[in-house]
Amino acid sequence: MSHSRTEQQSVPQSSLFWVFLRIGLLGFGGGPSMIPLVQQEVVKRHAWLSDEEFADILAIANTLPGPIATKMPGYIGYRVGGVTGCLNAVLAVILPTILAMIALLGIFSRYRNVAWIHGMGQGVVPVVMVMMGQLTWDFLHKAQLVLGWLVSLAMAAVAGALIYVIGVHPGWVIGGILVAALLRPTRKQEAAS
Amino acid sequence: MIYWELFLAFFIPNIIGYGGGPAIIPLVEAEVVGRHGWMGAQEFAETLALGNALPGPIATKMAGYVGYDVAGVGGAIVAVFATVVPSLLLMLGALGLLYRHRHSPRVKCMSQWVRPVIALMMAWLTWSFFMEGLHGAGVLHTLLIGTASAVALLRFRAHPAFVVLGALIYGGLFLG
Repeated sequence: MSHSRTEQQSVPQSSLFWVFLRIGLLGFGGGPSMIPLVQQEVVKRHAWLSDEEFADILAIANTLPGPIATKMPGYIGYRVGGVTGCLNAVLAVILPTILAMIALLGIFSRYRNVAWIHGMGQGVVPVVMVMMGQLTWDFLHKAQLVLGWLVSLAMAAVAGALIYVIGVHPGWVIGGILVAALLRPTRKQEAAS
Repeated sequence: MIYWELFLAFFIPNIIGYGGGPAIIPLVEAEVVGRHGWMGAQEFAETLALGNALPGPIATKMAGYVGYDVAGVGGAIVAVFATVVPSLLLMLGALGLLYRHRHSPRVKCMSQWVRPVIALMMAWLTWSFFMEGLHGAGVLHTLLIGTASAVALLRFRAHPAFVVLGALIYGGLFLG
Protein backbone atom coordinates (compact mmCIF):
# COMPACT_ATOMS: atom_id res chain seq x y z
CA MET A 1 0.00 0.00 0.00
CA SER A 2 2.96 2.29 0.37
CA HIS A 3 3.41 2.18 -3.41
CA SER A 4 -0.03 3.43 -4.24
CA ARG A 5 -0.54 6.18 -6.78
CA THR A 6 -1.98 8.50 -4.16
CA GLU A 7 1.44 8.99 -2.59
CA GLN A 8 2.25 12.66 -2.17
CA GLN A 9 5.64 14.20 -1.62
CA SER A 10 4.72 17.87 -1.80
CA VAL A 11 3.46 18.46 1.73
CA PRO A 12 5.30 21.46 3.19
CA GLN A 13 7.08 20.77 6.48
CA SER A 14 5.35 23.76 8.07
CA SER A 15 1.86 22.32 7.56
CA LEU A 16 3.08 18.96 8.85
CA PHE A 17 4.36 20.77 11.91
CA TRP A 18 1.13 22.70 12.56
CA VAL A 19 -1.07 19.67 12.07
CA PHE A 20 0.81 17.57 14.62
CA LEU A 21 1.28 20.46 17.00
CA ARG A 22 -2.49 20.91 17.00
CA ILE A 23 -3.05 17.17 17.56
CA GLY A 24 -0.59 17.19 20.47
CA LEU A 25 -2.19 20.19 22.11
CA LEU A 26 -5.81 19.12 21.65
CA GLY A 27 -5.46 15.45 22.60
CA PHE A 28 -6.07 14.63 26.25
CA GLY A 29 -5.91 11.23 27.89
CA GLY A 30 -2.74 9.89 26.28
CA GLY A 31 -1.98 8.55 22.82
CA PRO A 32 -4.84 6.13 22.17
CA SER A 33 -7.41 8.88 22.71
CA MET A 34 -5.60 11.06 20.15
CA ILE A 35 -6.11 8.63 17.24
CA PRO A 36 -9.45 10.14 16.13
CA LEU A 37 -7.77 13.57 16.01
CA VAL A 38 -4.97 12.20 13.84
CA GLN A 39 -7.50 10.62 11.51
CA GLN A 40 -9.51 13.83 11.34
CA GLU A 41 -6.49 15.91 10.31
CA VAL A 42 -4.57 13.46 8.16
CA VAL A 43 -7.41 11.73 6.32
CA LYS A 44 -10.41 14.06 6.38
CA ARG A 45 -8.83 17.48 6.32
CA HIS A 46 -5.56 17.11 4.41
CA ALA A 47 -6.11 13.81 2.57
CA TRP A 48 -2.49 12.76 3.05
CA LEU A 49 -3.74 9.22 3.46
CA SER A 50 -6.91 7.41 2.46
CA ASP A 51 -9.22 5.86 5.04
CA GLU A 52 -7.99 2.34 4.25
CA GLU A 53 -4.33 3.37 4.42
CA PHE A 54 -4.96 4.95 7.79
CA ALA A 55 -6.72 1.84 9.09
CA ASP A 56 -3.86 -0.36 7.87
CA ILE A 57 -1.22 1.84 9.47
CA LEU A 58 -3.16 1.87 12.73
CA ALA A 59 -3.48 -1.92 12.67
CA ILE A 60 0.26 -2.24 12.13
CA ALA A 61 1.07 0.26 14.87
CA ASN A 62 -1.06 -1.80 17.22
CA THR A 63 0.94 -4.94 16.52
CA LEU A 64 4.01 -3.13 17.85
CA PRO A 65 4.76 -2.14 21.43
CA GLY A 66 5.40 1.43 22.56
CA PRO A 67 3.37 4.64 22.48
CA ILE A 68 0.89 4.91 19.62
CA ALA A 69 1.06 8.72 19.61
CA THR A 70 4.65 8.69 18.35
CA LYS A 71 4.48 5.71 15.98
CA MET A 72 1.59 7.19 13.99
CA PRO A 73 2.97 10.75 13.58
CA GLY A 74 6.45 9.35 12.93
CA TYR A 75 5.25 7.06 10.18
CA ILE A 76 2.85 9.58 8.62
CA GLY A 77 5.54 12.27 8.76
CA TYR A 78 7.94 9.92 7.01
CA ARG A 79 5.38 9.06 4.34
CA VAL A 80 4.64 12.66 3.41
CA GLY A 81 7.93 14.37 4.24
CA GLY A 82 10.79 11.88 4.48
CA VAL A 83 13.17 11.71 7.45
CA THR A 84 12.75 15.42 8.14
CA GLY A 85 8.99 14.98 8.12
CA CYS A 86 9.28 12.10 10.57
CA LEU A 87 11.34 14.13 13.06
CA ASN A 88 9.18 17.18 12.48
CA ALA A 89 5.89 15.37 13.19
CA VAL A 90 7.16 13.51 16.26
CA LEU A 91 8.71 16.60 17.83
CA ALA A 92 5.60 18.70 17.12
CA VAL A 93 3.47 16.17 19.00
CA ILE A 94 5.71 15.56 22.01
CA LEU A 95 7.89 18.60 22.61
CA PRO A 96 5.43 21.28 23.80
CA THR A 97 3.96 19.16 26.58
CA ILE A 98 7.35 17.76 27.66
CA LEU A 99 8.56 21.33 28.13
CA ALA A 100 5.36 22.25 29.99
CA MET A 101 5.81 19.25 32.30
CA ILE A 102 9.41 20.14 33.11
CA ALA A 103 8.59 23.81 33.71
CA LEU A 104 5.52 23.20 35.90
CA LEU A 105 6.98 20.33 37.94
CA GLY A 106 10.26 22.20 38.26
CA ILE A 107 8.48 25.12 39.92
CA PHE A 108 6.36 22.73 41.96
CA SER A 109 9.26 20.75 43.41
CA ARG A 110 11.20 23.92 44.23
CA TYR A 111 8.44 24.94 46.66
CA ARG A 112 7.60 21.44 47.85
CA ASN A 113 8.41 22.28 51.48
CA VAL A 114 5.83 25.07 51.56
CA ALA A 115 2.95 23.52 53.50
CA TRP A 116 0.07 24.26 51.12
CA ILE A 117 2.05 23.23 48.05
CA HIS A 118 2.92 19.99 49.79
CA GLY A 119 -0.81 19.60 50.46
CA MET A 120 -1.57 20.09 46.77
CA GLY A 121 0.75 17.20 45.97
CA GLN A 122 -0.99 14.97 48.47
CA GLY A 123 -4.44 15.98 47.28
CA VAL A 124 -3.75 14.77 43.79
CA VAL A 125 -2.73 11.20 44.73
CA PRO A 126 -6.32 9.87 45.14
CA VAL A 127 -7.21 11.31 41.71
CA VAL A 128 -4.35 9.42 40.11
CA MET A 129 -5.51 6.34 41.99
CA VAL A 130 -8.97 6.65 40.40
CA MET A 131 -7.52 7.26 36.94
CA MET A 132 -5.25 4.23 37.25
CA GLY A 133 -8.22 2.18 38.49
CA GLN A 134 -10.13 3.28 35.40
CA LEU A 135 -7.25 2.16 33.14
CA THR A 136 -7.04 -1.15 35.03
CA TRP A 137 -10.71 -1.82 34.34
CA ASP A 138 -10.31 -0.74 30.72
CA PHE A 139 -7.46 -3.19 30.09
CA LEU A 140 -9.08 -6.01 32.04
CA HIS A 141 -12.33 -5.51 30.15
CA LYS A 142 -10.55 -5.62 26.77
CA ALA A 143 -8.58 -8.71 27.84
CA GLN A 144 -11.77 -10.42 28.99
CA LEU A 145 -13.55 -9.75 25.68
CA VAL A 146 -10.93 -11.81 23.84
CA LEU A 147 -9.66 -14.31 26.40
CA GLY A 148 -12.63 -14.63 28.74
CA TRP A 149 -12.66 -13.89 32.46
CA LEU A 150 -11.16 -17.18 33.60
CA VAL A 151 -8.08 -17.06 31.37
CA SER A 152 -7.56 -13.31 31.91
CA LEU A 153 -7.70 -13.57 35.69
CA ALA A 154 -5.61 -16.74 35.75
CA MET A 155 -2.94 -15.10 33.60
CA ALA A 156 -3.02 -12.00 35.79
CA ALA A 157 -2.72 -14.11 38.94
CA VAL A 158 0.25 -16.12 37.63
CA ALA A 159 1.97 -12.97 36.36
CA GLY A 160 1.29 -11.23 39.67
CA ALA A 161 2.80 -14.09 41.65
CA LEU A 162 5.89 -14.09 39.43
CA ILE A 163 6.38 -10.30 39.49
CA TYR A 164 5.32 -9.30 42.99
CA VAL A 165 5.82 -12.46 45.08
CA ILE A 166 8.88 -14.07 43.51
CA GLY A 167 10.30 -10.79 42.21
CA VAL A 168 10.77 -11.64 38.54
CA HIS A 169 11.32 -8.55 36.37
CA PRO A 170 8.11 -7.76 34.39
CA GLY A 171 10.22 -7.72 31.22
CA TRP A 172 10.90 -11.47 31.54
CA VAL A 173 7.24 -12.25 32.20
CA ILE A 174 5.94 -10.23 29.24
CA GLY A 175 8.84 -11.33 27.05
CA GLY A 176 7.95 -14.95 27.83
CA ILE A 177 4.32 -14.35 26.91
CA LEU A 178 5.32 -12.70 23.62
CA VAL A 179 7.55 -15.62 22.67
CA ALA A 180 4.79 -18.09 23.62
CA ALA A 181 2.28 -16.17 21.48
CA LEU A 182 4.63 -16.25 18.49
CA LEU A 183 5.57 -19.91 18.83
CA ARG A 184 2.06 -21.09 19.50
CA PRO A 185 0.74 -23.38 16.73
CA THR A 186 -1.89 -21.45 14.79
CA ARG A 187 -4.34 -24.33 14.54
CA LYS A 188 -4.83 -24.31 18.30
CA GLN A 189 -5.50 -20.59 18.15
CA GLU A 190 -8.27 -21.07 15.58
CA ALA A 191 -9.85 -23.77 17.71
CA ALA A 192 -9.76 -21.48 20.73
CA SER A 193 -11.29 -18.49 19.01
CA MET B 1 26.48 5.31 33.86
CA ILE B 2 23.24 7.18 34.47
CA TYR B 3 22.38 7.76 30.79
CA TRP B 4 22.61 4.06 30.04
CA GLU B 5 20.44 3.22 33.06
CA LEU B 6 17.90 5.82 31.95
CA PHE B 7 17.95 4.44 28.43
CA LEU B 8 17.24 0.90 29.65
CA ALA B 9 14.62 2.06 32.17
CA PHE B 10 12.57 3.52 29.31
CA PHE B 11 13.61 1.19 26.49
CA ILE B 12 12.40 -1.96 28.27
CA PRO B 13 8.86 -0.74 29.12
CA ASN B 14 8.37 0.67 25.63
CA ILE B 15 9.54 -2.46 23.83
CA ILE B 16 7.31 -4.83 25.82
CA GLY B 17 4.33 -2.55 26.55
CA TYR B 18 1.39 -3.18 24.23
CA GLY B 19 -1.64 -0.88 24.30
CA GLY B 20 -0.05 2.53 23.74
CA GLY B 21 1.32 4.98 26.30
CA PRO B 22 -1.08 4.20 29.17
CA ALA B 23 0.04 0.52 29.13
CA ILE B 24 3.60 1.69 29.63
CA ILE B 25 2.91 3.63 32.84
CA PRO B 26 2.98 0.67 35.28
CA LEU B 27 6.06 -0.73 33.54
CA VAL B 28 7.83 2.62 33.82
CA GLU B 29 6.79 2.86 37.47
CA ALA B 30 8.34 -0.55 38.12
CA GLU B 31 11.66 0.78 36.76
CA VAL B 32 11.64 4.34 38.07
CA VAL B 33 10.15 3.81 41.54
CA GLY B 34 10.61 0.08 42.14
CA ARG B 35 13.98 -0.74 40.63
CA HIS B 36 16.02 2.45 40.57
CA GLY B 37 14.31 4.47 43.31
CA TRP B 38 14.72 7.69 41.30
CA MET B 39 11.34 8.85 42.60
CA GLY B 40 9.06 8.03 45.51
CA ALA B 41 5.48 6.86 44.95
CA GLN B 42 4.21 10.32 45.92
CA GLU B 43 6.40 12.12 43.40
CA PHE B 44 5.51 9.62 40.68
CA ALA B 45 1.81 10.19 41.43
CA GLU B 46 2.27 13.97 41.18
CA THR B 47 4.06 13.57 37.84
CA LEU B 48 1.31 11.32 36.54
CA ALA B 49 -1.39 13.74 37.74
CA LEU B 50 0.14 16.65 35.87
CA GLY B 51 0.74 14.40 32.88
CA ASN B 52 -2.96 13.57 32.82
CA ALA B 53 -3.91 17.22 33.17
CA LEU B 54 -1.83 18.26 30.16
CA PRO B 55 -2.59 17.27 26.57
CA GLY B 56 -0.36 15.12 24.37
CA PRO B 57 1.02 11.60 24.64
CA ILE B 58 1.54 10.41 28.22
CA ALA B 59 4.56 8.13 27.70
CA THR B 60 6.79 10.91 26.35
CA LYS B 61 5.69 13.44 28.99
CA MET B 62 6.62 10.99 31.74
CA ALA B 63 9.92 10.09 30.06
CA GLY B 64 10.82 13.74 29.49
CA TYR B 65 10.18 14.77 33.06
CA VAL B 66 11.72 11.73 34.77
CA GLY B 67 14.79 11.96 32.54
CA TYR B 68 15.15 15.66 33.31
CA ASP B 69 14.65 15.09 37.03
CA VAL B 70 17.31 12.35 37.12
CA ALA B 71 19.97 13.75 34.79
CA GLY B 72 19.02 17.17 33.41
CA VAL B 73 18.44 18.02 29.76
CA GLY B 74 20.67 15.14 28.59
CA GLY B 75 18.63 12.76 30.72
CA ALA B 76 15.37 14.04 29.23
CA ILE B 77 16.70 13.53 25.70
CA VAL B 78 17.91 10.00 26.45
CA ALA B 79 14.63 8.95 28.13
CA VAL B 80 12.47 10.39 25.33
CA PHE B 81 14.75 8.83 22.69
CA ALA B 82 14.42 5.42 24.35
CA THR B 83 10.63 5.87 24.45
CA VAL B 84 10.09 6.99 20.85
CA VAL B 85 12.83 5.72 18.57
CA PRO B 86 12.94 1.90 18.97
CA SER B 87 9.25 1.25 18.25
CA LEU B 88 9.18 3.90 15.52
CA LEU B 89 12.19 2.33 13.79
CA LEU B 90 10.51 -1.07 14.03
CA MET B 91 7.45 0.43 12.41
CA LEU B 92 9.38 2.11 9.59
CA GLY B 93 11.78 -0.79 9.06
CA ALA B 94 9.45 -3.74 9.23
CA LEU B 95 6.36 -2.18 7.69
CA GLY B 96 6.25 -4.52 4.69
CA LEU B 97 6.59 -7.59 6.88
CA LEU B 98 4.11 -6.28 9.42
CA TYR B 99 1.66 -5.34 6.69
CA ARG B 100 1.57 -8.93 5.49
CA HIS B 101 1.07 -10.24 9.03
CA ARG B 102 -1.22 -7.57 10.43
CA HIS B 103 -4.16 -9.98 10.62
CA SER B 104 -2.10 -13.03 11.61
CA PRO B 105 -3.50 -14.73 14.72
CA ARG B 106 -0.01 -15.04 16.20
CA VAL B 107 0.68 -11.33 15.91
CA LYS B 108 -2.74 -10.49 17.34
CA CYS B 109 -2.10 -12.95 20.15
CA MET B 110 0.97 -10.99 21.20
CA SER B 111 -0.89 -7.83 22.12
CA GLN B 112 -3.90 -9.73 23.48
CA TRP B 113 -1.95 -11.98 25.81
CA VAL B 114 0.00 -9.12 27.29
CA ARG B 115 -3.17 -7.26 28.33
CA PRO B 116 -3.99 -9.26 31.52
CA VAL B 117 -0.45 -8.70 32.79
CA ILE B 118 -0.62 -4.97 32.10
CA ALA B 119 -4.04 -4.87 33.81
CA LEU B 120 -2.60 -6.57 36.87
CA MET B 121 0.33 -4.16 37.05
CA MET B 122 -2.13 -1.28 36.73
CA ALA B 123 -4.18 -2.74 39.59
CA TRP B 124 -1.01 -3.00 41.67
CA LEU B 125 -0.18 0.62 40.92
CA THR B 126 -3.73 1.69 41.83
CA TRP B 127 -3.30 -0.08 45.16
CA SER B 128 0.07 1.56 45.80
CA PHE B 129 -1.47 5.00 45.10
CA PHE B 130 -4.19 4.13 47.62
CA MET B 131 -1.57 3.25 50.25
CA GLU B 132 0.33 6.40 49.40
CA GLY B 133 -2.88 8.39 49.87
CA LEU B 134 -3.43 6.82 53.31
CA HIS B 135 0.14 7.75 54.28
CA GLY B 136 -0.06 11.32 53.03
CA ALA B 137 -3.61 12.68 52.94
CA GLY B 138 -5.06 10.17 55.44
CA VAL B 139 -8.09 7.84 55.22
CA LEU B 140 -10.80 10.50 55.25
CA HIS B 141 -9.31 12.80 52.61
CA THR B 142 -8.26 9.89 50.39
CA LEU B 143 -11.79 8.45 50.36
CA LEU B 144 -13.34 11.89 49.92
CA ILE B 145 -11.12 12.98 47.03
CA GLY B 146 -11.18 9.50 45.51
CA THR B 147 -14.99 9.30 45.55
CA ALA B 148 -15.47 12.84 44.32
CA SER B 149 -13.05 12.39 41.42
CA ALA B 150 -14.53 8.99 40.51
CA VAL B 151 -17.99 10.57 40.33
CA ALA B 152 -16.68 13.53 38.35
CA LEU B 153 -14.69 11.42 35.89
CA LEU B 154 -17.01 8.46 35.41
CA ARG B 155 -20.48 9.84 36.05
CA PHE B 156 -20.16 13.39 34.71
CA ARG B 157 -17.31 12.74 32.25
CA ALA B 158 -15.48 15.76 33.62
CA HIS B 159 -12.27 16.76 31.88
CA PRO B 160 -9.27 15.21 33.72
CA ALA B 161 -7.54 18.61 33.82
CA PHE B 162 -10.40 20.07 35.88
CA VAL B 163 -10.46 17.11 38.24
CA VAL B 164 -6.72 17.42 38.85
CA LEU B 165 -7.11 21.17 39.33
CA GLY B 166 -9.92 20.60 41.83
CA ALA B 167 -7.78 18.15 43.82
CA LEU B 168 -4.87 20.62 43.80
CA ILE B 169 -7.08 23.36 45.22
CA TYR B 170 -8.60 21.00 47.81
CA GLY B 171 -5.14 19.80 48.84
CA GLY B 172 -3.79 23.34 49.04
CA LEU B 173 -6.67 24.41 51.28
CA PHE B 174 -7.19 21.39 53.53
CA LEU B 175 -4.01 19.33 53.48
CA GLY B 176 -1.40 22.07 53.82
